[in-house]
Amino acid sequence: MRSSKTAAVVAALSLVVGISAGCSSGSSSSSNTLTYWASNQSTSLDADKQILQPELDKFQQQTGIHVNVEVIPWPDLLNRILAATTSGQGPDVLNIGNTWAASLQATGALAQFDDATLAKVGGRDKFIASGMAATGAPGQPPAAVPLYGLAYGLFYNKKMFADAGLTPPTTWQQLLDDARRLTDPAKSQWGLGIEGASYTEGAHFAFMFNRQNGGQPFGPGNKPQFDSPQMVAGVKQYVDLISSGVVNPSDAEHVNDTDMDGEFASGKAAMIMQQNNATATLKSDGMTEDQYGVVPIPAIDPVPAGGAPVSSIVAGIDMTAFANSQNLDGALKFINFMTSPDEQKILNSAFGSLPVVPDAYSDPRFSTPLIGAFRQVLANRAEPMPQIAQESQFETLIGNAVKDLMAQAASGQKPDDNAIKARLTTANQQMPAGG
Amino acid sequence: MTSTLSRPSRVNPPSAERRRRAVKWFPYLLLVPALLAELLVHVIPMLVGIWMSFQQITQFTLRNWTRSPFTGLNNFKLAATLSSPVGQQLLHSFLITIAYAAIAVVVSWVLGLTAAVALQKPFPGRGVLRALFLVPFALPVFTAVITWRFMLERDTGIVNWLLVDVLGVTDDRPFWLVGPNSFISITVVMIWRIWPYAFLTITAGLQSIPDELYEAAEMDGAGPWQKLRRVTLPMLRPVNRVLVLVLFLWSFNDFTVPYTLFGASAPPQADVLSVHIYQSSFVTWNFGLGSAMSVLVLLFLLVVSLIYMGISGRRTRNAT
Amino acid sequence: MRRDPAWVRAVRIFVLVVLTLFVVVPLYVMLESSVKPLRDVQGVFTIWPSTITFQPFIDMWRTVPLAQYFTNSLWISLGASICSVLLAILAAYALSRYRFRGRDGFLTMVLSTQMLPGILFLLPLFLIYVNLDRATGLHLFGSRLGLVITYLTFSLPFSIWLLVGYFDSIPRELDEAALVDGSGPLGALLRVVLPAALPGVVAVTIYAFMTSWTELLFASVLTTSDTRTLAVGLQGYATQANVYWNQVMAASLVVSIPVVVGFLLMQKALVRGLTAGAVKA
Repeated sequence: MRSSKTAAVVAALSLVVGISAGCSSGSSSSSNTLTYWASNQSTSLDADKQILQPELDKFQQQTGIHVNVEVIPWPDLLNRILAATTSGQGPDVLNIGNTWAASLQATGALAQFDDATLAKVGGRDKFIASGMAATGAPGQPPAAVPLYGLAYGLFYNKKMFADAGLTPPTTWQQLLDDARRLTDPAKSQWGLGIEGASYTEGAHFAFMFNRQNGGQPFGPGNKPQFDSPQMVAGVKQYVDLISSGVVNPSDAEHVNDTDMDGEFASGKAAMIMQQNNATATLKSDGMTEDQYGVVPIPAIDPVPAGGAPVSSIVAGIDMTAFANSQNLDGALKFINFMTSPDEQKILNSAFGSLPVVPDAYSDPRFSTPLIGAFRQVLANRAEPMPQIAQESQFETLIGNAVKDLMAQAASGQKPDDNAIKARLTTANQQMPAGG
Repeated sequence: MTSTLSRPSRVNPPSAERRRRAVKWFPYLLLVPALLAELLVHVIPMLVGIWMSFQQITQFTLRNWTRSPFTGLNNFKLAATLSSPVGQQLLHSFLITIAYAAIAVVVSWVLGLTAAVALQKPFPGRGVLRALFLVPFALPVFTAVITWRFMLERDTGIVNWLLVDVLGVTDDRPFWLVGPNSFISITVVMIWRIWPYAFLTITAGLQSIPDELYEAAEMDGAGPWQKLRRVTLPMLRPVNRVLVLVLFLWSFNDFTVPYTLFGASAPPQADVLSVHIYQSSFVTWNFGLGSAMSVLVLLFLLVVSLIYMGISGRRTRNAT
Repeated sequence: MRRDPAWVRAVRIFVLVVLTLFVVVPLYVMLESSVKPLRDVQGVFTIWPSTITFQPFIDMWRTVPLAQYFTNSLWISLGASICSVLLAILAAYALSRYRFRGRDGFLTMVLSTQMLPGILFLLPLFLIYVNLDRATGLHLFGSRLGLVITYLTFSLPFSIWLLVGYFDSIPRELDEAALVDGSGPLGALLRVVLPAALPGVVAVTIYAFMTSWTELLFASVLTTSDTRTLAVGLQGYATQANVYWNQVMAASLVVSIPVVVGFLLMQKALVRGLTAGAVKA
């Protein structure tokens, strides 16, 4: 009895493994349909679909290719992509967060945009350069092309600044001074709002401020150097915002952008450091565009040797195709269509993001001072997050370290250099080498 | 023990023989559907998972995972080396989980017993209260936990409103979602979720205790406290035996509560294993390492359960 | 029995009040948040809403396809609970009425699946479904059927264990009488054992339904937009631009009602079902 049961299990298992080994077939699409996984960019899944559908219809009219779109919520998107990668059963075309580009590239599941392929979507020069910098590891053909551009900026409340006789800060020290002037805990009004419990935000700011201080997260051979003096200074610059009393300590538990945006819209925070899609949230919170201004997040001044006044990561959404799509040509046609200047105007104005092709900026909708500020940041003051296969490990490890230090600072114990260094050393040791 | 269901009529031996053979296969036939489902969803995936724990499955090998390199015990070594940060954090997470699950089980059991005993005798409104106490168990977990998140927010939550603004217990508004208190938060939320199950099971257990036992105890002059100790608790022992184990496994393995309360990265003080392993595999893309951690957890739970069932089984037998 | 002394009654009232508050406060917060405008939900907690609006109960159907999620969850949970109970009845009957080789092994295996950390077999299960799909054309990934099969096994161990206890409490003489009357073993199960075990069956069905109704982890990986369940779908209210907390709460209340009502209606049967099942184990 026992042996026959074991035999049955072994048989079943080998069946499964056998079937799995034979997996190489692609997606289920035929030559005139495409499956497209879109990321959620607007106020609801349905609203996204409403915005995309007319464009997909237009594409079908032009090419005869029908596109089935599925809008996937952010919490599910990476899991779905990983699952599709593992099983080989995925969409033809998909959106990815551009910080995932190098990691997903390493799986080999995405199409390679070598020069010939890039030519089919309009060529490398069609896209703004900083956007192309976040599409995969350097020295390899890109794994995606940019679709929607995002950048950080410093949002400030015009009325609060005018009432206090202040102008928007241009150095980090000025930002701290202004924030102090605008802080009045008795009125529950604070100089700056932050998103202390979000590990991705923590990782982004640690990266930017580390760069300002002259550091690089990875040394030669992609060796992690998270506990360098520059990174310690960078993390301290961010965490000290809470210790210095210009940020509401409660911000240490914010995980959503909307928490912070809500504080800004209601005048409880005079400034926030946010990406441009916050404009949509602020609008739904009842704050109009003439009530706030945006300037680049100021850098420390003077910038130390080796540093750069980095005030944003190259944020945004990339678009790519699955390598085993049965209809790669159609997929590329679709990507070309979605990144064409006309579509870029329509889509980015609907989603509150920045066009990734320079030609689209001729449209008056993108010549407002607000868009101008973000465009300048993206073009001149933004650097991509490390384009390495272990980007997600980097983001998780650094982000969690920042989050823990932030919680400590919020409870009144200001972390000193040694505490920050110790925490970063732990993160450094956990980072797998190579890549 | 083997009471015969094969009720052979001796009149017709060949048919009896056939029937006996049929009877021999009959129970297996009944088990086949359940067995197939278990094989498909639990057993085979578990074996694949165990196999994965010996492989190096990262972003580089994920796509052709069937041909990923074999790494022997490397994943296990990495997870169990206590001098390395990975091992240290796993151990830390393990200890946190044990503490959290143990407290959740004990408190849930005490609350369940208290409520069940308090509602043992009929009185007006008993049905309403019984129904009410079961509601947390019937709510979708996601909903319940999101509500708790609201309640625990430092500036805007009802918990600090009660503690600071109404009762004035402290002046300084404590944090509940970050920092050391997050451990208390996750434990309380878990208790809120699962204590109704303890209540339900113990209520059921109480109904099977004959009234005569209480009457006999009263004749001996036992008060309410002695009745609880001398009649109720011993009679509940068989119920408790399984109840405690079920509560422990639920809280130990639960993913939804910590994930919804804290997101993909929990504060270190509430970094329970399910989320820790999720982060090690899905967020940082090291499925081999994540599987190895899961296997270690599985081994631990198996050993604990076997020892527990062994000890409590002996005690239950001795008691009756 | 004697009347309890006064101090016992006082303690009982105190205990019940405390427990009631513990249970009710979160429920109240949920209710209150669902009738507030969005901005008030994020503001400082107030015990009474400043304005009451039922708009969230209207908007919630538009922000996400709630009706569709609801239908999916209903079919999946019904399917999973009915199948789970059928399988559990057959298995429990075998385990309760027969002694055969492998019996203990089967029981141990089924019960020990309760210890599996979900994370361990989530990815393998997904891969198996996708590959079965490719090999046989049977859609398990992204279909309701796949989730039905998955969920039915989640409740199966508990169901089998409880029903074995319940069946054991039904005297064997009843089956034997049925057998004498010429019924086969299945007839005895249908005509004698099942009617007597009805509360147990009800209890198990409810348990299976609830397990499926609230599961999150597997649903997030095994469903697509067409088959997404409520538990996953509720997260859709947290979008890129805003988190509609009031709609989350409104939707949660609405989707909880069927389960809570069903649960409460069946409460007596549930307790009776557990009484025989749990005590015998």
